[in-house]
Amino acid sequence: MSRYIPLVGACTALLALSACELGEKITQQTGYRGAGLAQVYDPDNYGTPEDLPPPPYALPPEGGPLATETYENVQVLTDMNTEQFNHLMAAITQWVSPDEGCAYCHNPADMADDSVYTKDVARRMLQMTRALNGEWASHTGETGVTCYTCHRGEPVPANVWAYTPQGNAMSIRGQRRGQNAPNPNVGYSSLPSDIFASYFEGDPSVVRVASSSAYPSAGHRISTMDAENSYAVMMHLSQALGVNCTYCHNSQSFQSWTQSSAQRNTAWYGIRMVRDTNEQYITPLAPIFPANRKGPLGDPLKVNCLTCHQGQAKPLGGQSMRQDYPYLHPPGVIPTELPTGENLISEILERPRQLTGESGAPNVP
Amino acid sequence: MLLSYERKYRVRGGTLIGGDLFDFWIGPFYVGFFGVTTALFALLGTLLIFYAASLGPTWNPWLISIAPPDLSYGLALAPLREGGFWQIITVCAIGAFCSWALRQVEICRKLGIGYHVPVAFSVAIFAYVSLVVIRPWLLGAWGHGFPYGIFSHLDWVSNVGYQYLHFHYNPAHMIAVSFFFTTTFALALHGGVILSAVNPRKGEPVKTPEYEDTFFRDLMGYSIGTMGIHRLGLLLALNAGVWSAICIIISGPMWTRGWPEWWTWWLDLPIWSSGAVS
Repeated sequence: MSRYIPLVGACTALLALSACELGEKITQQTGYRGAGLAQVYDPDNYGTPEDLPPPPYALPPEGGPLATETYENVQVLTDMNTEQFNHLMAAITQWVSPDEGCAYCHNPADMADDSVYTKDVARRMLQMTRALNGEWASHTGETGVTCYTCHRGEPVPANVWAYTPQGNAMSIRGQRRGQNAPNPNVGYSSLPSDIFASYFEGDPSVVRVASSSAYPSAGHRISTMDAENSYAVMMHLSQALGVNCTYCHNSQSFQSWTQSSAQRNTAWYGIRMVRDTNEQYITPLAPIFPANRKGPLGDPLKVNCLTCHQGQAKPLGGQSMRQDYPYLHPPGVIPTELPTGENLISEILERPRQLTGESGAPNVP
Repeated sequence: MLLSYERKYRVRGGTLIGGDLFDFWIGPFYVGFFGVTTALFALLGTLLIFYAASLGPTWNPWLISIAPPDLSYGLALAPLREGGFWQIITVCAIGAFCSWALRQVEICRKLGIGYHVPVAFSVAIFAYVSLVVIRPWLLGAWGHGFPYGIFSHLDWVSNVGYQYLHFHYNPAHMIAVSFFFTTTFALALHGGVILSAVNPRKGEPVKTPEYEDTFFRDLMGYSIGTMGIHRLGLLLALNAGVWSAICIIISGPMWTRGWPEWWTWWLDLPIWSSGAVS
């Protein structure tokens, strides 16, 4: 009997190791040294920037007749010349409906015809894209977004959410109340996974649950359930960006802005950007979406952080498509130096003191 | 002052290094070669902590912190004020702890007793070395070690936990926590039953170990016995330390994502009728 103990032990150890990631790791410091503020990646799931689709052809120059003069029924892209308008149409086809082609949105017999619902959707999405690059530059920065950031060659982005059926609330049988089931939205933890409606649309819940005072106060009544929801939505952010909590927070005080990294600021705007996107641009389209483009409860498929980020701290590894499609940005100055290269994500992390606001502080041990 | 029986045990020999050179006592303390190295390492390390603290922004004892280098230094030496102090202090700490363990070995050899105490203390050293040498080395940078400060090392513990989203899902952490609780539980039961037998009320006789055994046999059908309880205590306590070390060594070097996600191996087993991961 006892002679088998080492064998059983060795097999168990091998099994345990098989569930692990061995080999060298990629690490990035995200705060002051020694504070445990770091990202640790296995090279296998490190978000390596993927190849962007090349532009359909070189960007046509400014000038010439406006698209509104050449075509009928141009309602949104009224500021674009005909050549750039055609360039954008070719790019959209490549980004959103490469297999379906122009007819995915247009009536081939009459391109000005509005009878295909997707054309209405596309109009609203173009307005949204320009808003994301303009009023939401607080989140999208100089990199900006295009249709490809979410769509990646698919008519419906791969990562979207809709309301989920809740089952019989009066029963405990088979009723998990939206939690205690391993769900990738919340990092496979037991936290409630049906949280997007609470934070990403309508009259949103406040993510912050920590009190600003050390003492109980009537002004701060937050339940454990609220805290679970808060942690759950943070799990979503973490999964969507492929980062851990210390990318933005110092856990000494999650709520303290002075102890948080600059990325938390970007994320704060991002949460509001996602809300605005769902509220202003997607939910209002509910009447024109057919049933197969809606969730089980009849609401449109909405966005969350994963829709763009898809597991990377910066979508598409931080690569910008702005130079090839400047017309997707509201008129303004095109930055001359866009970040390039393979290490876009870690660039800011090479200067950890800058993240902590101690750039001017002397080196102290 | 020497206790009455101490002279009997103050025998020459049993040293590992140094022969008779350091084979003497200062008051109640045995010195030995490793007593000297313990003192030197501890003194140098402590002085360096004070010196590094004097260069820092505070003398508040809660806030003094000697931090390891930036990750960018990798496994190289860093300038003194940018983590170099931490590196030298770490060497001093390991030197002092190992010297202390070897001094225990020499005392065991003098007395002709087993090496249980130095072996047990080595597990504590292993836990420390796991944190500041083994894991940083596996991750490729000394900067993964914890800072030497009262609050700062607690922040490190908290932040490293949040690097894996929810550290309570770490399987080795679960085992370690269970051993820590079981250790205190066993110690409380042991302490309680011994005091109940040997510390009777006034006028009553001290009870024998049979009473202790009988208490637990009456209570739960089994008593582990006077020798066994100490074996159990050592086993529980050492396992608490060993699994603590394992739980931090695997965090990063062997798993980089959230610990809850690690458990998807269970959901991925081919025994389920359909994909269980929702």
